[in-house]
Amino acid sequence: MTVLDEGIARPHAPEHVSRWVTVHAWATTVDHKKLGVMYIASALVFFLIAGLEASLMRIQLAVPNNDFLPPNTFNRMFTMHGTTMVFLVGMPMFFGFGNYLTPLMIGARDLAFPRLNAFGFWLFLFGGLLLYFSFLGGDGLYGAGTAPDVGWFAYAPLTGRAFSRGNSTDYWILGILVSGLGSTATALNLATTIFCARCPGMTWSKLPVFVWLMLINCLLTLVILTPLTAAQVMLLFDRFLGAQFFDTQAGGSAVLWQHFFWFFGHPEVYVLIIPAFAIASEIVPVFSRKPLFGYPFMIGATVTIAFISLSVWAHHMFVVGLSASANTFFAASTMLIAVPTGIKIFNWLGTMWGGKIRFKMPMLWCTAFIFSFVIAGLTGVMLAIVPFDWQLSDSYFVVAHFHFVLIGGLLFNIFAAIYYWFPKVTGRMLDEKLGRLHFWVFATGFYVTFGTMHFPGLLGMPRRIYTFDAGRGWDLLNLICSLGVLVQAIGLCFFLWNVVRSLLRGEPAGDDPWDAWTLEWSTTSPPPEYNFESVPVVHSRRPLWDLKHPEDPDWKYE
Amino acid sequence: MVSVPGGWDSRESEGGRADVQRPRVARRVLAGAVVAVVAAGVSSALAENGAGGTLHPVPSMFAPVSSPAESIRELSFLVAAISAGIFLTVSGVLFWCVWRYRQQPGDDREPPQVYGSNPIEWAWTIVPVLIVLVLFLATARTINELQASEVPENALNVTIVGHQWWWEIRYPDLGVVTANELHLPVSSDAAKRPTYLTLESQDVIHSFWIPQLAGKTDVVPNRRNLMWVEPTVTGTFLGQCAEYCGTQHAKMLLRVIVHEPADFESWAASQKGASADAAAAGVDPAIAAAGRAVFERTACINCHTLDGTNADGRFGPDLSRLMSRTTIGAGAALNTPQNLRAWVDDPHQFKPGVLMPAMKLDDAELEQLTAFLLTLR
Amino acid sequence: MSAAGTSSTLATTPPAVPSPWRLPDKGKVGMACLILTESSFFAIFVVAYVFYIGKSLNGPFPADVLELPILGSICLLSSSVTIVLAIRALRAGSTGMFCAWWLVTILLGLEFLVGTGIEWYGLIVEHGLWIDTNLFGTTFYSLVGFHAFHVTLGLLMLTLVLVFGLTGKLRPEHAERTEVLSWYWHFVDTVWIVVFTVVYVIGR
Repeated sequence: MTVLDEGIARPHAPEHVSRWVTVHAWATTVDHKKLGVMYIASALVFFLIAGLEASLMRIQLAVPNNDFLPPNTFNRMFTMHGTTMVFLVGMPMFFGFGNYLTPLMIGARDLAFPRLNAFGFWLFLFGGLLLYFSFLGGDGLYGAGTAPDVGWFAYAPLTGRAFSRGNSTDYWILGILVSGLGSTATALNLATTIFCARCPGMTWSKLPVFVWLMLINCLLTLVILTPLTAAQVMLLFDRFLGAQFFDTQAGGSAVLWQHFFWFFGHPEVYVLIIPAFAIASEIVPVFSRKPLFGYPFMIGATVTIAFISLSVWAHHMFVVGLSASANTFFAASTMLIAVPTGIKIFNWLGTMWGGKIRFKMPMLWCTAFIFSFVIAGLTGVMLAIVPFDWQLSDSYFVVAHFHFVLIGGLLFNIFAAIYYWFPKVTGRMLDEKLGRLHFWVFATGFYVTFGTMHFPGLLGMPRRIYTFDAGRGWDLLNLICSLGVLVQAIGLCFFLWNVVRSLLRGEPAGDDPWDAWTLEWSTTSPPPEYNFESVPVVHSRRPLWDLKHPEDPDWKYE
Repeated sequence: MVSVPGGWDSRESEGGRADVQRPRVARRVLAGAVVAVVAAGVSSALAENGAGGTLHPVPSMFAPVSSPAESIRELSFLVAAISAGIFLTVSGVLFWCVWRYRQQPGDDREPPQVYGSNPIEWAWTIVPVLIVLVLFLATARTINELQASEVPENALNVTIVGHQWWWEIRYPDLGVVTANELHLPVSSDAAKRPTYLTLESQDVIHSFWIPQLAGKTDVVPNRRNLMWVEPTVTGTFLGQCAEYCGTQHAKMLLRVIVHEPADFESWAASQKGASADAAAAGVDPAIAAAGRAVFERTACINCHTLDGTNADGRFGPDLSRLMSRTTIGAGAALNTPQNLRAWVDDPHQFKPGVLMPAMKLDDAELEQLTAFLLTLR
Repeated sequence: MSAAGTSSTLATTPPAVPSPWRLPDKGKVGMACLILTESSFFAIFVVAYVFYIGKSLNGPFPADVLELPILGSICLLSSSVTIVLAIRALRAGSTGMFCAWWLVTILLGLEFLVGTGIEWYGLIVEHGLWIDTNLFGTTFYSLVGFHAFHVTLGLLMLTLVLVFGLTGKLRPEHAERTEVLSWYWHFVDTVWIVVFTVVYVIGR
């Protein structure tokens, strides 16, 4: 592609592109950095909305037989909360960080298809807006309008015309379908970029771990997202054309929807968490002051996870009445996937071992991530034990498990990533003291809510119930869970305040505030629109280590 | 690459030992099984004596009263022990790293740059695989024990049909039909009598779950699932629907009353034969008869079945033995005369969104109808 | 850990970067990704079709109403050959031959669509089979329909390229990109082989 240029990436003179440009420039941009920021900002907005939905639910569940929310509204809340968090927070966070960082890390100018990049972003956003328009459609906000109320996994035949009248389910289908097309486009774009735009010297074994994991994630997304699109199209055909894919009255199969949905749905949770792994794999080494322990094993483990994740989907269906051999097979594959996941955790610990760990904000979050993810993984293994799952499935134990994965696993890493790369994106540091307040308050609230939440599940409380009777042993536990949400909200306030304040008056960051080693830290903060003055040439996984330690470069040992 | 004894791939960059620091206290302690054990104790302490024997209000899977649930609890102890061991080991290493390898103030040198170690990688691959193997074998054994079993000759057969938002319960061999309350005979070593449940659904997917008896199994339309329970303790046990099925998923409760075999037989007998006993209900027979007329000319007959009338609707529960049940609306309210009257007047005050409409009867009709319903025992 | 050995403190030169630095063509990689994701999409419809074979509660049933679409299949599969010939011609510089073979490709594809249309007309009007009739109708029309939809999209793109060719805008250096488009066309043909086997051979 490009002619080999022996120039080495050098810090440039600061340019005056760090000011916010006009709305028009942002609205029509095809620049991966602006789109990345837009993805992340949109995801944060949806995160706050979904958090509000969760808070309303927890107020309703704080005491038994509460009448704060009527059942229909509660049901719409958990549906929208789950749908928003997965599709409108988790996915855009993946694409946002992937978009911003990938070209910078591989020494490229932009993604392979910049206009497709913009198209993918706007599809995602409009899909999300369509989903939220459902609150206003139909009856309007009275009784929360016609927002979908079928749960984020929308089981058939509850979603059929007969049981889901009106258009609420159609909003769910179409909003996610449109968003999903955007996700497919961006995954294709990122994957192509990683194949086709690496700078000279960046062979596959020199690729930063973050980029490797983004590639694996994009390929996984390409394989699993269109099955959801297909299933949703089938549901649309059922609802509008009288088709019988999932119409049990006509001989269709409700279980078929579950197979299709979970064939998408399980790998989807890996699509959500692999970016978290990617972030941790960049941050833990830098703050431990050592390279990532076991680079080839980390890549291999992630590839293994991606493949095995395609074979575990029916562990969401252990209670639907599959045969003993099917249950046994999926138990085996699910337990097996714990092994490469464990390997990754051990490698992060191996990176920390023998290091000189600097507990700045990013590292605090990554440490809490490792702790939480061990718990999340172990409760996941418990759920793989099929007979145990026959008790735990569809109970608050599962809710606690996946919130440990998604908050303790994904969100903690997103906070780490924001603290780590905010200086690069904006040129300013986030405040360390406010950051610590944010961390300790939020993490405490998180463990109080979701640590406690395992126990109502063990005591027989099913999920998705808008109220419960007193005296079942669930009363105090639910109250504690609800109070923890208040603490988390306070923690988030510190975070938002930190972001706003730092944008306005944060300490200037410089090019490389963390003394890191990947190519993005060789540009200014923020980087110029063209990223690199001349195409960098790399010889190892840590090009900036080579520059900073010319007497002891990595390429001698890799 | 400098080769180091022990097989570590590394090199010395700038080494140095950290000074020993004050230990840090562990940050979080999980309450763990303590609460579960306490709850199991609490559930027996809170027991009330009622018509259904001792009520166990806390549906804890750690207080099993039936073979499947007992097998599951045993398996869960094995899993919990292994998980606790892994958790303590891994978080122990994490806390050790946090304490021991913290950067000391003023120490800016880089530590030895270690890339990895193949032997270590293999070690922490193989050990987890072995642990997984142990867990898998235990799991496979229990799956077979609970799932792939043949129905014994003397088993009690029950058919459960899930509806939005109530449970239809039929005893095909006994000719009994009821709703929301499952009566079972206790099974003892001397007289083993498990119950086999055939699970079906009339509309959407529900899930039949009584934690103290067994794991849950979904009821799926257009599909027949099979499960079994073998209660070994008498009393009343609670459960509810565990698969989101619409507006009132939360109030699709289940009560299981386990009887001594003789008591079970008499219960089954009481569920057949003539009902509508005005004297036993303590209501004026004339008013009850008027209420029967109200019933027969109102839309009730379209949804409900009632022995001795022309009502044979299957959309709502069979009302023939209505007063023999503890609750109405699948646990939405206790089955008292006041609640019954209010329910018929407008069920949505107990269970908003329920599929039974408000019957819009005037006060007189309501009095008569309620009186009639009270006779159905 | 033993002390660092004899690593030189002199800055030696790093290993040479492979020169020239060759990376895959982004059009080809992008198209490969598109084919990957579309394969997944079709796989779900195929699975649904296979799952519901023999499960329709009422007729018409496949054996009663389906005939092997031999002509259409031959046309579609031959069009994969003609498209290769067209690109070969473009590479060799003869734009006229390119347009000829390209046109033949489009016509063959059109014949396939016309055949599908005729088949559907017969099924709907004469046999009363539509997507809401039974499980066979549901799965047949969605699977075959989505395939035909993809053929249509392909034909639109092929026609656009034909217009470029006829107005003299195409040159041999465009052969790479045209080949990327031909990959899509080959993919559509491959899907047809699967659909043909599942619907007209196995499912009947």
